[in-house]
Order: sequence, then C-alpha cells, then structure tokens
Amino acid sequence: MRPKRKQRLIFITILFLGFSSAAALGVYALQKNKTYFHTPAEIVAGNVQQDKLFRVGGLVVEGSVNRFSDGVTTEFDLTDTSGTVTLRYKGLLPDLFREGQGIVAQGKLNADGIIIAQEVLAKHDENYMPPEVADALKESGASHPDNIPKKNY
Amino acid sequence: MIPEIGHFALIIALCLALVQTIVPIIGAQTNTSQWIAVAKPAARGQFLFIIISYICLTYSFIKNDFSVLYVANNANTALPLQYKISAVWGAHEGSLLLWVLMLSAWTFAVTIFSRSLPNNMVARVIGVMGFVSVGFLLFTLLTSNPFERIFPVPLEGRDLNPLLQDPGLVIHPPMLYMGYVGFSVAFAFAIAALLDGKLDSAWARWSRPWATFAWVFLTIGIALGSWWAYHELGWGGWWFWDPVENASFMPWLVGTALIHSLAVTEKRSSFKNWTVLLAILAFSLSLLGTFLVRSGVLVSVHAFATDPARGVYILLFLAIVIGGSLLLYALRAPKIKSIGQFDLVSRETALLLNNVLLLVAMFTILVGTLYPLFLDALNAGKISVGPPYFNAVFVPLMLPLVLIIGIGPFLRWKKAGLAETFKKLLKILVIGLVIGTALPFVVAGKTSILVVLGISLGAWSICAALYYLFRNVFRKEAKLSSFQRFKKIPSATYGMVVAHIGIGIFVFGVTFVGAFEQEKEVPMRIGEKVEMAGYEFGFNGVKNVQGPNYSSKQASLNVYKNDKLIATLLPEKRTYLVQESPMTEAGIDTGFLRDVYVALGEQIDNEAWGMRLYYKPFIQWIWLGAALMALGGLLAALDKRYRLKLKREKVAIVSANAKQAAAATS
Repeated sequence: MRPKRKQRLIFITILFLGFSSAAALGVYALQKNKTYFHTPAEIVAGNVQQDKLFRVGGLVVEGSVNRFSDGVTTEFDLTDTSGTVTLRYKGLLPDLFREGQGIVAQGKLNADGIIIAQEVLAKHDENYMPPEVADALKESGASHPDNIPKKNY
Repeated sequence: MIPEIGHFALIIALCLALVQTIVPIIGAQTNTSQWIAVAKPAARGQFLFIIISYICLTYSFIKNDFSVLYVANNANTALPLQYKISAVWGAHEGSLLLWVLMLSAWTFAVTIFSRSLPNNMVARVIGVMGFVSVGFLLFTLLTSNPFERIFPVPLEGRDLNPLLQDPGLVIHPPMLYMGYVGFSVAFAFAIAALLDGKLDSAWARWSRPWATFAWVFLTIGIALGSWWAYHELGWGGWWFWDPVENASFMPWLVGTALIHSLAVTEKRSSFKNWTVLLAILAFSLSLLGTFLVRSGVLVSVHAFATDPARGVYILLFLAIVIGGSLLLYALRAPKIKSIGQFDLVSRETALLLNNVLLLVAMFTILVGTLYPLFLDALNAGKISVGPPYFNAVFVPLMLPLVLIIGIGPFLRWKKAGLAETFKKLLKILVIGLVIGTALPFVVAGKTSILVVLGISLGAWSICAALYYLFRNVFRKEAKLSSFQRFKKIPSATYGMVVAHIGIGIFVFGVTFVGAFEQEKEVPMRIGEKVEMAGYEFGFNGVKNVQGPNYSSKQASLNVYKNDKLIATLLPEKRTYLVQESPMTEAGIDTGFLRDVYVALGEQIDNEAWGMRLYYKPFIQWIWLGAALMALGGLLAALDKRYRLKLKREKVAIVSANAKQAAAATS
C-alpha cells in the first residue's frame, strides 16, 4: 500500500472505531438512564410502573406538608389539579420549596402508591414555574394558561 | 441622556462593523490595498464605540437609573457597588453587550498583534470577525436592547438575582465569554485561510497562540463556574451536567482538540482539513452554547430569556455561520493538501487518538443535551437525561485519553518505536500503579478498583510529564550541560508539562471526592454534637444577621478533630429583601487535603435545624488542576518562538511585498 493511502486508512479506521464505540456507548447509556416525565394525573391513572425512575411535576398542595419525627423526612401532596399524588422525601428540601409552589421531583413509586423521591427541585425564582409543571397544568385543562405566574410585572 | 448615548454608540458600532466586514474582504479578494487598509481603523473604531456603549450602561447601573428597564430589573439602590458593576452582565441584554465588547476587544488585539502578518490575511480575519460582530450587534439592537426605557419610572429596582451576588459570579461570565468569543479568532483565521485558498503551516502558527489563549480563558471560566456552584448552591457538588454547563464544556473539549491538532499542522503540515473543521466546530459550539442558554429552550438557572424571536434569530445566525463555513470548506477542501506522512506508531497517531476521544466525548454530551429537546419537539414524550448518563459515557472515554497523555510526548513525530517507548515508560507505569494502589489506603484506609484505576492514571500523567522534563534536562547524549539545557527548554514545553500535571491533579481530585466523600443530612439541636468522617460538629446556635440587601439566619458550628477545635463554620440562610428569595451560603473550612462543608437547612422547631454536613477529600485539587491547565496554556501561548518567527517572517514578507511592488511598476 502506498504510504499516503495507509495513512488515510489509519485515519479513517480510528475515526470509525471512535465514533461507533461512542454511538454504542451513548445509546446504551441513554436507554438505561433516561427518565420520563409524568403528570400526577397520569400516575393516578396507573400509567407508571412500580420501581421505575421517573419525574413528576406539579404544585405542592397547601396544608399537605407533613414532617416526620426524624426531622429530615417529609411527606407532601403534589397536584396538577386533575390528579394528586403523595411524595415522600428524605433529606433537606430546597430553599424555594413552599406550599403552592411548582416543583419537579424524581423518584419511584412504592407498593402503596407513594412516590419515594430521590430528588426534589425548585428553581431559584419565586415567580418561576418549571415548564414541565406549566405544561402539566395546561394539559389538565383546569387552569387557564394566564393563571400561571410568569416573570412579568 | 446617557442611555441614549449608549444606544446611539451601539448603532454606530453596528455601522462600523458592517464596513469592517464588507470592505476589507472585498479588498482582499480583489487585492485593493486602499480597501484592505480600512480593516484596522474600522475594527478599532467599533471597539471604541462599544466601550462607550458599555460604559453608558455601567454608569446607568451605578447611578441607579431605573428609567432603564434593564437596570430596573437587575439592580436596586441597596445593591453593593461591585455587584452593580457586575449586574451589567447579570441578565440577557447586558451579557450580550459584554459578548460584543469581548468580540471587539479580541478584534482590537488582532489589529495590534498582527503587524507581521500579510495584509490580505489580516484584512480577511478582521472582516470575518466583523461579520460575527454584525450578527450579534443586530441581535442586541433588534431583540434585546439593554437601553430600553420604561415609563412610569419605578422608584426601586427589582434587584440582581441573589444567586449572582457572589464574587465567583463576578468574574465567571467575563472569563467564559472571553473563551467563547476567543474561538472566533481561530475561526476567523480558518475562514480567512479558506478564502485565500492557502492553508500552510504559517497559518497554523499564527492561529495557534490565539486558540490557546481562548482555551485558557474558557478553562478559567468553566472552573470558576464550578467553584461558584460548589460555594453557592449548597449541595456540595462541583459539576452537575446541567445543560448550560455542557454548553460551555463542549467548546472546551473541541478547543482542547484544536490546540493539539494545530500542533500537528504547524510542525508536520498534516491534519489540515481536520484542523480547519475543528476551528469551525469550536466556534459553532460556542454559538450553539449561546443559543441553548439564551433562547430559553433549556430549563436552567441560566436561561434568562424565553422569547421565541431571540431563539429564532440565533438559530438563523447559527445556520448561516455553520452552513456558510462548511460550504466554503467544501468548495476549498479539494485544494488542501496535507503533506506530512506518519506511521501507525507516531506522535501524530497519539494526537489523532486524543482528538478522536475528545470529539467523541463532545458528541456524547451533545446527544445527551439535545436528545430530550428533540423528543419534546417531536412530541415523543418528555424525558430528562441526568448525570448517570453523562458519567457512564464520559468517564470510560477519558480513561484512555489520560493514558495517552502520558505516552504522547515521548513518541517521535512521523515514526516511533513501540518497544523503545515502552522501555522508557515502564518505570513510570510501575510508579503510577504503586501510587494508585497505596495512596487510597493512606488517605482513606480503603480502596476499590475504580479508585486504583483513577489514581494510577492521575499519578501516571503527573509522573510522565515530570519525567519528560527530567529527560530533557539530563539527557546523556547532548553536549550541553544540564543547566544550559534547562535554560533552553522552550516555554511551550513547560506549558505542556504543567497542563498535563494539571490533568493528573484534577483526576486525583475527582477520583477521591467521588469515592470517599461523606454526607449526612441530620436535624441538629442547639448544643448537640454529630460525628462524621472523624470530625465532630457541635451546633452553637443561630443568630440573625443583617446584610446590605438581605437578612440572614447565621448558624455557628464548631468542628473538632480528635477533640481539638479546628474551625468554626458559619453557614447562612439569606433572604434577599426585594426578590424575597432564600439563598444558602455554605460554611466551608477549606484545606489542601479536604474540605469540611456545612449547609443550613430548614428550621424544624425552636431548638432544632436541618443541617447538611459534608466531608470532601481533595476537592480543591479539582480547581487546582484546572488552574494548572490554564497556566500551562498560558505558558504555551507565550512561547517566544511565535514572536521570533513572526520577526523573521516580517523580513520575508517585506521583501516579498517589495518584489510585488517592483513587479507591479515594471
């Protein structure tokens, strides 16, 4: 083989091997690690399997926050107005966690239908609504989009 | 009045940018020296007017001019002065102004440091940068004018986002932008060379220091962002694989590939096509980063704007820049010839592997960042791709990369002996493995396969870099004394050594923190003591503290080790008065070998508070490593070789110009 061609062959082989292994790695990891987003209504309807990690978004129901005696576990209800689910979270809640506030949580359903959250996210802006929550509320139809707080004044 | 001057200056800057784009490029294509001569004054004029505009906005902030919408939204009379100045880039409009300021500053630098380059080349480079500037100035003026007024004028401003009121955030965006925008210079050089149709090693030598400088800024910017997140978010993490972090990390990966591939193009006249593509890609990813962050498609703290017009504009601009440069590349590529040839075992192959691994890593991050957006756009369900994905794909790709870092410098260009190199490096490999096996036991008293792997690789990369330096000084065969050889080592070599040591230090930090960090979330009563990782935390109580624009609950904890008081930590929970948003300020005792970190949670009852305690071994090594990488880049970019060669070329160019002139007159 002419050296020029040999060089091109090295080049292409390395590129090909690199990218194909990355593609395989990427697809595998994506399949394993992607988490779907579900609304409380979908969860109530039973569309979510047990022991599968997923995300849920909604508003924290007023008066539902209940702290356990161990001091770090909290239970609260989350609603998109057409369905309500109960979450349990062991750990310190984020600064902006409040009743009536839109939050997103990631976790699994347990046998009693309670979501055991591994992570609770609330964004750093009192007017901010995670888009997933806004969409979930919009989908439920009960809330007019205009009622969703926006960063406007 | 002042805001109008700022606005007007910005419009003048746009006009100058248009001139700077059109005239020099046409001049260079038609070889009209008068038109070429327009490039530098136009670029300098643009820089001047953008500075004026920028000063006007800063002035409005300092003077609390709340009749300017942007100021009213992002400042407050109680905001401390340093944050008023940094509030200029605290949100969307101002950060765009900062972006164009940086761009014109880089262009200005090109006009200063390019005296020795052929005039045609400089004109094209400045023209391309002018084009980018036109794009961003138009964007600013049409969709995001920072000088917009409001009426009625509010009495008080809405204050700066409390998250951004931190020294780390004062310098993080400017550094990051300097990096992002800096890649526009390498991009402009690549496009200029394509327009010229001449891609030679001189071109690579010219763009190399610019690319390296941009990379240094980007490295510092990303590291500062991570440092800020660690201090300010109260979760004790240093990297979250947040889409916005990814947006800055992707250009960094490609930039790293670019500065290595430029080395091959300069030294061996090889990899030319590849280097040009990397230069285009690095800048395109910087633009994509801007698009992702600014268009509001991402759910993130950083996504200020959710204005579809802005998103569409940036997307269009992105399409023009990427599409245009790839089209130009496709037209010119057949003419580009890489001369240098190399064997399978050679430094070229090592650098090629480095490039492929970096690019593949970038690609997997890109997929993980964009895939959820695609699915959402296609209505195929909402998913999120989190850290587990990124860790699963990124770490396996970086392990071979760190291995190659150690080998690469020892391989000869063109053709290297495998056995010979192996013999040289065997002892380093052994030392690395010994350190990797022993050190975790010394540090943590336990270990695992991944830790051994990580620490061995970190140690390997540090030892190999030091050994490379050592061999250069104490080589047996050369005639010079060790001291003379020590003095003769170019700054670029030190740069490589320091940066590679930085990688090793960084890997140490990441591995140790990942494997041995400890965390406890506990309710604590006043007077109670909690033990973790050999440290004892005693809770003294909480008091109210008043800041300039916030009120705060400040806890006090004594940290003991072996019954000796080593630190008193004061974590806070602040409430910023205007935006009423709570903020966590962590209490951190920083050490060379470990950090002890406390974040204050919710009040549980009169006596008890939720508390988050962390023990973070070696975490400072992460930023120390990044700092060394940046220092290495700086040393490499400042190598006097670039300046010396410039001088020599100057002579050659002057004589060439004289010949041309003579030919023209005869």
